[in-house]
Amino acid sequence: MENSLYVSPSPHIHGGDSISKNMYGVLIALIPAFLVSLYYFGLGALIVTVVSVASCLIAEYLIQKFLLQKTPTLWDGSAILTGILLAFNLPSNLPVWIIIIGALVAIGIGKMSFGGLGTNIFNPALVGRVFLLISFPAQMTTWPVPDPLSTHYLDAETGATVLSAMQWDSSAIPSVKDMLLGNMGGSLGEIGAIALLIGFAFMLWRKIITWHIPVAIIGTVLIFTGIMHGINPTTYVNPLIHLLSGGLLLGAIFMATDYVTSPMSKAGMIVYGIGIGIITTVIRLFGSYPEGMSFAILIMNAFTPLINSYIQPKHFGGK
Amino acid sequence: MLKTFRIGGIHPPENKLSSGKKITLLPVPKQVVIPLNQHIGAPAIAVVKKGDDVKVGTLLGKAGGFVSANIHSSVSGKVNKIDNALDSSGYRRPAVYIDVEGDEWEESIDRSNTILKECTLSSKEIIDKITEAGIVGLGGATFPTQVKLMPPPGNKAEILLINAAECEPYLTADHTLMLEKGEEVLIGISILMKAIQVNKAIVGIENNKKDAIVHLQKLSVNFPGIEVLPLKVQYPQGGEKQLIDAILRRQVKSGALPISVGAVVQNIGTSYAVYEAVQKNKPLIERVVTVTGKAVSNPSNLSVRIGTPISHLIEAAGGLPEDIGKIIGGGPMMGKALINTEIPVIKGTSGILLMTRKESERKPVYNCIRCAKCVNVCPMGLQPTQLMTVTEFSNWDLAEKLHITDCVECGSCSYTCPSNRPLLDHIRLGKGKVLGIVRSRKT
Amino acid sequence: MVILIAVISLGAIGAIGALFLYFASKKFEVYEDPRIAQVQEILPAANCGGCGFPGCSGFANACVKAGTLEGLYCPVGGTDVMNKVAAVLGKEVATAEPMVAVVRCNGTCEARPKINNYDGTANCAMASALYGGNTGCSFGCLGFGDCVSACNFDAIHINPLTGLPEVIEDKCTACGACVKACPKTIIELRKIGPKSRRIFVSCVNKDKGGIAKKACNSACIGCGKCVKECKFDAITLENNLAYIDYTKCRLCRKCSIVCPTGAILEINLPPRKEAVAEAVVKTEENKETTN
Repeated sequence: MENSLYVSPSPHIHGGDSISKNMYGVLIALIPAFLVSLYYFGLGALIVTVVSVASCLIAEYLIQKFLLQKTPTLWDGSAILTGILLAFNLPSNLPVWIIIIGALVAIGIGKMSFGGLGTNIFNPALVGRVFLLISFPAQMTTWPVPDPLSTHYLDAETGATVLSAMQWDSSAIPSVKDMLLGNMGGSLGEIGAIALLIGFAFMLWRKIITWHIPVAIIGTVLIFTGIMHGINPTTYVNPLIHLLSGGLLLGAIFMATDYVTSPMSKAGMIVYGIGIGIITTVIRLFGSYPEGMSFAILIMNAFTPLINSYIQPKHFGGK
Repeated sequence: MLKTFRIGGIHPPENKLSSGKKITLLPVPKQVVIPLNQHIGAPAIAVVKKGDDVKVGTLLGKAGGFVSANIHSSVSGKVNKIDNALDSSGYRRPAVYIDVEGDEWEESIDRSNTILKECTLSSKEIIDKITEAGIVGLGGATFPTQVKLMPPPGNKAEILLINAAECEPYLTADHTLMLEKGEEVLIGISILMKAIQVNKAIVGIENNKKDAIVHLQKLSVNFPGIEVLPLKVQYPQGGEKQLIDAILRRQVKSGALPISVGAVVQNIGTSYAVYEAVQKNKPLIERVVTVTGKAVSNPSNLSVRIGTPISHLIEAAGGLPEDIGKIIGGGPMMGKALINTEIPVIKGTSGILLMTRKESERKPVYNCIRCAKCVNVCPMGLQPTQLMTVTEFSNWDLAEKLHITDCVECGSCSYTCPSNRPLLDHIRLGKGKVLGIVRSRKT
Repeated sequence: MVILIAVISLGAIGAIGALFLYFASKKFEVYEDPRIAQVQEILPAANCGGCGFPGCSGFANACVKAGTLEGLYCPVGGTDVMNKVAAVLGKEVATAEPMVAVVRCNGTCEARPKINNYDGTANCAMASALYGGNTGCSFGCLGFGDCVSACNFDAIHINPLTGLPEVIEDKCTACGACVKACPKTIIELRKIGPKSRRIFVSCVNKDKGGIAKKACNSACIGCGKCVKECKFDAITLENNLAYIDYTKCRLCRKCSIVCPTGAILEINLPPRKEAVAEAVVKTEENKETTN
């Protein structure tokens, strides 16, 4: 039979979902936050993002093509997403060569050394970010102050972020309204709470992620810092400030929910979220670093396989 | 808020192309091939031989065990041979070939159209008649009906659930049957209620068949104890355990039968066959088959004699499209791909779905990105991606611990996977291996 | 003073730890016959399971515990290894015939054309659970290589030209992993035979002759000519399929000449002049008649 029939086991139809659809979905959800950072950091934000994305793509292509000798899957969106998330975790006045190193570490060590997409243990963008944070502490912790539509890049004026202000000088904390809109110092993507929440809503609507991880993280941080605030309001600031400052929202919505490195069952996601929330708060309140989100997520990434094997989803007919 | 089952589920595009088409009677072909193994369980044992004259309704094969079913002739004519024939299992298995001559029926069968509502038989007599007629579950699982009606000692049925969900995309056979034979179906249900001695039955219909719901609700006024319940559209609602969970909010334990929560589930098509068997003495020799597909020029619902080659059905629906990629016996989620058009219709053939080449090709497989979408949609609360991995590593102990044997093979996991991973292929293999190990441990 | 506290407290912790370890090792001690380790050292450590035990340690354990070595045989190490094992344990060695895996399907792509496209996962067990296969023969090799992945010794490969697995005789240890892996039970362990010579029916099709022939040009059609030809009662015909009993076969080569489809294969036998000429004539005749 020349026109021979296909034979395969059921099911015979597919829902049409794909890796790239999910990845580009997340990228679309990141657009509002990107616009906010473009507005407040101007040229610097653009340069950092473009350099980060481009070097992630190049690193991915070179490693897949020449080291792993596979067909490069450049346009599934995962490398672009890693690039954007890395950029969102960097200050907008970071020199190009540091960004390139960060991207190489993120893709090369964070992702490809484990075998590529799906097999990495740690969130690649955070691996890159933490590597830079430890290697270049000075450059990584001087953030430009917001300057609408600025054309400065390396020469931008720098200042304290909310979290460092909390530790050293609580009078420098901006108003809640500024924090919601993003008019504060910080990494590229972590300012602008409203923009991040719009992205969250979009991802929930498109069913890209479920609510469990972000809600567990944010809830834990609010409760923990709330208790500490209640005990000693002068040393520990209002939980709302914690919620809106630093990388909490960015991390909870976009970084901790990374498919590959987060648990699979709903209950597991909650445990994972609570873990991140506790570690973040402990680092923020009692540690020497002002920000603990990246470390918290990486630490809980390491626990993900354990959570997966101990916390199974509710089984039909089971208890 | 409409009811549905509580764990997992998907909602694929419904594509009920043949919806609203009347049931058309398909002419009897020149030759039929009636397989002796059309059900789950032991094959029937042939009681006719080459050269025998048979009528419509003549017994061809006797049930070969407790879990087995009688096979009857669907045509009148001469037995040409008893030989192996390729059937929907994909293998050559024993079948009776009959050359058709005329259309003569056994005298005992009542061929009139009068609806007989009264049934004075006892429970045992009803079950005997059902056994005699060779009725099996017509939803596709083809489990012999009488076995389900005789609960193991110590169990008592409380309620009869009728599965009219027809959750598979494309298929409309049950939908059409409910619209055209509503009264007969309800009589069949009341006979089944009598057989298992319960006074309550619920017909679960997915809400995309509003006309059938309204029609049956109107008719059910005259049938005390029968309730028609609309359900939210969700696949795989037609799964036995899912339907019980959706309607009764009771979950059947792993490895247990529905009777353990007091429920007996029958398909709506089965209840029509029961009506015909008990009231009209007509064995299961024909059924409604949906012939459909995007490339089919005239999607139809046909009333077909068992044993008719599917090529006749396809011809009646406008012929084989040029761009044919795959022929599926059943629905797109759980149906079986057939390898040619000479395969006969059997009792469990609820539909023939023709897919174009583009629709049928599987897409390239990528790495698992652990998005947990398969976990979210699994109606049994399993972790398909993990089950696939343990199967790949042949870790049968772990697979058993992870309840691989509970998989209902609905295919929701493969359907939803963004990396196009063939999760169900592997899980099915692992399930078979583990079931084999469990069985050998018992003996 | 401060130093002293540190020394004492650390020393105390160390002592407590040591005590704990001591009692734990006493409590959970498992006595193992030292001969098991000795035997295990002799074994090839392939852990193939060909002996029927879970890995080499399982086999070593069984050897030590068993009264005699009868029925215990390491197919990988062969007689040499078994002799050594017997020496260590002071037991008699049981000799076993050296075996090799043979593939009983000759349905090459040419002889057995494909009639449909299998589009599922490339795995024999899965395809076989689904249907008879992508050719007309529902008994023959599916060619997805479950046997290849089951082999621990790199001794079986799919030949891309024929689509069939081929056994590399020198590497095959007759562990039987491929036999278990094949869902169609095509692979069989047979006696290697004198000078590695053997004759077997390379087909497992049980369909009637006509159907088998239609599906595959080199199928056994169950004609029974070979049965009549065999003087040693080595060939039996059951379910339209001939089988040569390797314990009775004397390699007289008469059966393979009469086989009309060439389903009987001769391995490592020298070419015979007349027979070859005869066979050539015959195939040409065949061609003419079929044409």
